Amino acid sequence: MSGRLSPRNAFVAGVIAILALVPVYAEVTGNTFMVSLFTRIVILAIAAVSLNLIMGFGGMVSFGHAVYLGIGGYAVGILAKEGVNSGLLQWPLAVVVSALFALTVGALSLRTRGVYFIMITLAFAQMVYYVAIGLDRYGGDDGMTIYKRSQFGAAIDLSNKTVFYYVCLALLLATIYLVWRLVHSRFGMVIQGARSNERRMRAIGFPTYRYKLLCFVFAGMLCGLAGVLLANHTDFISPALMHWTRSGDLIVMAVLGGMGTVFGPVIGAVALLVLEETLSGITEYWQIILGPLFLLVVLFARGGIDGLLAGMRHG
Amino acid sequence: MADALLDIDGVSKRFGGVIASDAISLAIPQGELHAIIGPNGAGKTTLIGQLAGEIVPDAGRIRFEGLDITALPIFRRSQLGLARSFQVTSLFLDFTALDNVALAVQAHAGHSFRFWRDARSEPELRTAARAALARVGLAGRGDVIVSNLSHGEHRQLEIAMALATTPRMLLLDEPMAGMGPEESARMVKTLRELKRELTILLIEHDMDAVFALADRITVLVYGRIIASGPPEAIRANAEVRQAYLGEQEEPHA
Repeated sequence: MSGRLSPRNAFVAGVIAILALVPVYAEVTGNTFMVSLFTRIVILAIAAVSLNLIMGFGGMVSFGHAVYLGIGGYAVGILAKEGVNSGLLQWPLAVVVSALFALTVGALSLRTRGVYFIMITLAFAQMVYYVAIGLDRYGGDDGMTIYKRSQFGAAIDLSNKTVFYYVCLALLLATIYLVWRLVHSRFGMVIQGARSNERRMRAIGFPTYRYKLLCFVFAGMLCGLAGVLLANHTDFISPALMHWTRSGDLIVMAVLGGMGTVFGPVIGAVALLVLEETLSGITEYWQIILGPLFLLVVLFARGGIDGLLAGMRHG
Repeated sequence: MADALLDIDGVSKRFGGVIASDAISLAIPQGELHAIIGPNGAGKTTLIGQLAGEIVPDAGRIRFEGLDITALPIFRRSQLGLARSFQVTSLFLDFTALDNVALAVQAHAGHSFRFWRDARSEPELRTAARAALARVGLAGRGDVIVSNLSHGEHRQLEIAMALATTPRMLLLDEPMAGMGPEESARMVKTLRELKRELTILLIEHDMDAVFALADRITVLVYGRIIASGPPEAIRANAEVRQAYLGEQEEPHA
């Protein structure tokens, strides 16, 4: 455990403070686009944290994690289209469907390892992607507008941008706390042990498969929730929600921010999306700048941005 | 043999044209330290692999406390009290030594579908883990990340992890491999203490250690048992001397 006032902890506190103050800043400067950008950042940070639970802590590199963004999003979109607008129905259903899908994918893919695992998770995600394209009633390839955000009665009005932002931020913080408890619990020790040396885990008496499978399901549920938020944020769903490049983005966020800690992917999400936003304002070919930056992090900062901060303690 | 703790009955395994285990039958009673020796490629590790459950025998039966475990998965055997250490060190290199052992304790402290409480602050796991570290002489090294420990310490940690699963029997695959004389001596001392409480199957190339520790020795050559008996009988056995001991002792004296 690092000390309370280490640069890393100060940085984490700073990031959270900045996230909390975004709507205030937007209000003062009149820059409402900021809220929209950071809502997206916060939502994708939830997805990246959930991916990191299986990838960073469990060693399960899923290349189809964005599929849960799609499942969560389509659950909201399809129910809204059919006249069911209650968030109390939409959200739990989205999470349950995500869990069932993760259970199916995990049950099959966790019997394989390495590149095969990556390929199977990708294949399942692509399957759902093409199913979504075939859903003509729900917009098919073009996607579909959601005319009414999830309803939670009079108390919480998600169509208010500030309210919605704070709901997303609260869910991000809850997710971080949940995952943090999880990875330090007995369950989390099993998951991390299986990443480190699965053969030894079995030799000392752990049936690792069932623990990894449940972990895979947890990650799918959390990302399904992110999908629910994303659909509400954009008021729109389309197959692009779960395009495989989006799964790649989530991996980049986790690697960029740092896979070793629960908070790392949040830093990665902020860094990637802010860079993307800034660089694309400078040049149309912003990837040319982003690519080498990412390369430098992978080559020289194996723990990601978070790892660099942890290293500063000694400097 | 009804009273054998581990009863190996006609176990055979072949890999392509190589017969790694040739109808091996061996009964190890409770409390015995049984050493298996033999030249490289004799099939010693293959035998341990079959006992621990990593390799499925082509034929034969393995019974532990009278229960047929031939088809049981690895983790079930561990839960029954059959613990193994690895010839090539197999640890959680990015964890601390204490975390390594605590995981082994946790594996035998009920299921691990516990999601909330910090496992590193559970006295139930940490106390038992510290005790296992102390037994192998690693008491002060618990907080060191395992990749920073020496080779000798890795070997000791291997034993500590096997011990932490509260086994009835240890399967030790060359615990002294690559150790210097001092480390070996310490390991012999540790094993001598363990042997008072546990049944042990020991594979080892260090003949001094084997003859100092073993109650009985089995000699394996090309997957086949050529002799089995108390150390004096093995030392005197002409076939063994020719096949193994004679070649081995001189260059290593």
